[in-house]
Amino acid sequence: MIYRRIFDFPTRGFRSSFRELDRLQRQMEQWQGALSGGALPMPSAGVFPLTNVTEDNDNYYLRAELPGIKSDELDIQVTAKGMSISGERKIPVEGNNVKYHRREREAGKFSRLVNLPDDIDVDKVDAKLENGVLTMTIPKAEKTKPRQITVQ
Amino acid sequence: MTDSNAKEIQVKPKQEVSSPAEQTKPGVIFTPSVDIFETDRELTLLADLPGVTAENLTIDLRENTLTLTGEVDPFERADEEDILIEYEIGKYYRQFSLSNVIDQGKINANLTDGVLRLTLPKVEEAKPRKIEVKT
Repeated sequence: MIYRRIFDFPTRGFRSSFRELDRLQRQMEQWQGALSGGALPMPSAGVFPLTNVTEDNDNYYLRAELPGIKSDELDIQVTAKGMSISGERKIPVEGNNVKYHRREREAGKFSRLVNLPDDIDVDKVDAKLENGVLTMTIPKAEKTKPRQITVQ
Repeated sequence: MTDSNAKEIQVKPKQEVSSPAEQTKPGVIFTPSVDIFETDRELTLLADLPGVTAENLTIDLRENTLTLTGEVDPFERADEEDILIEYEIGKYYRQFSLSNVIDQGKINANLTDGVLRLTLPKVEEAKPRKIEVKT
């Protein structure tokens, strides 16, 4: 299977306390893109599923929207520095005599590789799929966690 | 993977609703992707609403207008720092006009894994009937 490598890690810009500002900035970029011809959506790797990655002191959090996908249809592999999420979204056939008015939901296979900035604790990665949203809690490796130093 | 016939899913960024109505709460509003299909007996609507729980979903039907509203709780805690953000979260909102053939009392809604399945049965008169031709 071919995994598409997605991105070199974006630089960490704004602090999260300026989240609203972040959003605004992204929207501006979007508009700018739309003005210059190519209607550029949010910066993304262009690979399904769209993924949000955040961190706190102890963990990375990876979230992706995967509506209608069961946990056993999802294959998650973890390596020392990243992970791959792959699977197939199936939309069952709804009988023979149906007439479609609208068909916007897509089915198909997907695979995505996400690299994390630092090493992770592979054994303690936790994933749950709830209401169509995948949430992974990925503990950082001991050596990469920030440490508080007491001044003597 | 063994099944080579299946195509790959293309990324589809969430569609933001420009302005459905004046909003009282700040935040983004998205249009959910839907499938709508019809059989002789009923109309079925499938909507992708990732992150919406049954409590946060409002299905409102009045004067032949069906309104879906789904609230999504923020996914991250306040102390998390963004590394990569590819999608926003926000409310889902979409309206549909229904014709009179829908039996509005028998609508059935089911939300599993972030997908809403709404079954809208047709009223008896609207179902096709075979007419016997007498000779």
